[in-house]
Amino acid sequence: MLNADDITALILTLQVACIATVCLLLLGTPMAWWLVRTTSRWKRVINTLVALPLVLPPSVLGFYLLILMSPTGIIGQLSVALGLGTLPFTFGGLIVASVLYSLPFVVQPLQTAFAAIGERPLEVAATLRASPLDTFFSVVMPLTRHGFMTATVLGFAHTVGEFGVVLMVGGNIPNQTRVVSIQIYNHVEAMEYAQAHWLAACLLIFSFVVLLLLYGINPKPGR
Amino acid sequence: MFSIKLIRLLLILSAFITTKTVLAESVLVAVAANFTKPMEEIAAEFTKETRHQVGLSFGASGKFVAQIENGAPFQVFLSADEQKPKKLIDSQFAVAGTQFTYSLGRLVLWSAKPDFIDQQGKVLSFGNFKHLAIADPKLAPYGEAAMTVLKKLGLEERIKPLLVLGENITQTQQFISTGNAELGFIAVSQVIKDGKIAEGSGWIVPSDFYAPIRQDAVLLKNGATHPAALALLDFLKTAKAQAIIEKYGYGLAVKP
Repeated sequence: MLNADDITALILTLQVACIATVCLLLLGTPMAWWLVRTTSRWKRVINTLVALPLVLPPSVLGFYLLILMSPTGIIGQLSVALGLGTLPFTFGGLIVASVLYSLPFVVQPLQTAFAAIGERPLEVAATLRASPLDTFFSVVMPLTRHGFMTATVLGFAHTVGEFGVVLMVGGNIPNQTRVVSIQIYNHVEAMEYAQAHWLAACLLIFSFVVLLLLYGINPKPGR
Repeated sequence: MFSIKLIRLLLILSAFITTKTVLAESVLVAVAANFTKPMEEIAAEFTKETRHQVGLSFGASGKFVAQIENGAPFQVFLSADEQKPKKLIDSQFAVAGTQFTYSLGRLVLWSAKPDFIDQQGKVLSFGNFKHLAIADPKLAPYGEAAMTVLKKLGLEERIKPLLVLGENITQTQQFISTGNAELGFIAVSQVIKDGKIAEGSGWIVPSDFYAPIRQDAVLLKNGATHPAALALLDFLKTAKAQAIIEKYGYGLAVKP
């Protein structure tokens, strides 16, 4: 059965995934909107950067994060200057890493959804004197709710399944950075296969249910 | 024709490859990550002397056990501890009677910063640091040894909130060398070069502070009758190999 450490890891994983998903939506929505509307020549570069975590092995991402967030790294110097201390081995650091790692899973569905509504609804809203912000909240968001749903579920699920990056920057601290995927890995390493099975089964069922819900809500992906 | 040339080239190449396997066998070895550097040198010497080829795979010992039990094609296993080879013998994946200690691991308290660590390890009691990295004591013998040292110094309670755990000692060193942890316990072999600590500062922990870290090798079922595998295990006990092992900061075990 699950022991106390396993349950702590489960709760921590859900906390990380929830907070990271909120951050991802706050960051990803304006980003996706800009990427769809802009004609800037930087568009291609930004698009590529957002997609990079899809291609890069998590070990590469984790390794760079470990260096950048160290006391001599750029992010590390910034976070120390802001009085936050260094980020590796902390809950905050895990959130930063998760947001970077899951960014394409949130930005790309939103981008597709925003592109799919076309110019027409925006033009109609403008003729009705709706402000851009009002247009976004009362026209764009309802029209793209499926896109938001997909982005939320994918961002959340992908963060839950995160392993390589956490292994590199986490430091395996209970209640701070020891998430489920790490705990399972440790059980396997310690040859506690029964424990590993229990926790792995929890994660498997969870993932299955989340994806099932996703396909139930959203039979036509992309919108 | 181009394609005929290509086929001829491939035939010649494959002839080369086959002659090589006729002349010498090749052996696949699973090696605990901490033994990477000495093993590379030992394997090179071994190939020079016997013409047997050696394929080396480095990683965590626990992972190797899981892989070996599930059909991984290794013939020799160099573990970071003595329990895992024993477990493989018990589960019939290794040959009984072939297990021996090829080296003794030595522990160092190390920091990437020069002058951070004194020669008595007093920094542990009085130093100003936020993170101390060790390998996970549950998984790695070096981590277990580190905990023993902290207990022996009566510092377990003070240090516990500052601990960060690497999955193995290679990762633990990464935490320290990137400066994310100010100091930590790793293997002497990771920081030694030409008999002294090459970078940063360190305290080589006296061996009576912790139980000996015996690193054992064992012949796996896959290699039971394999000439190169048997030769390699014998080679590990030669004076030549032992000299390399010592050069990399390991203690020598009494010969079996």
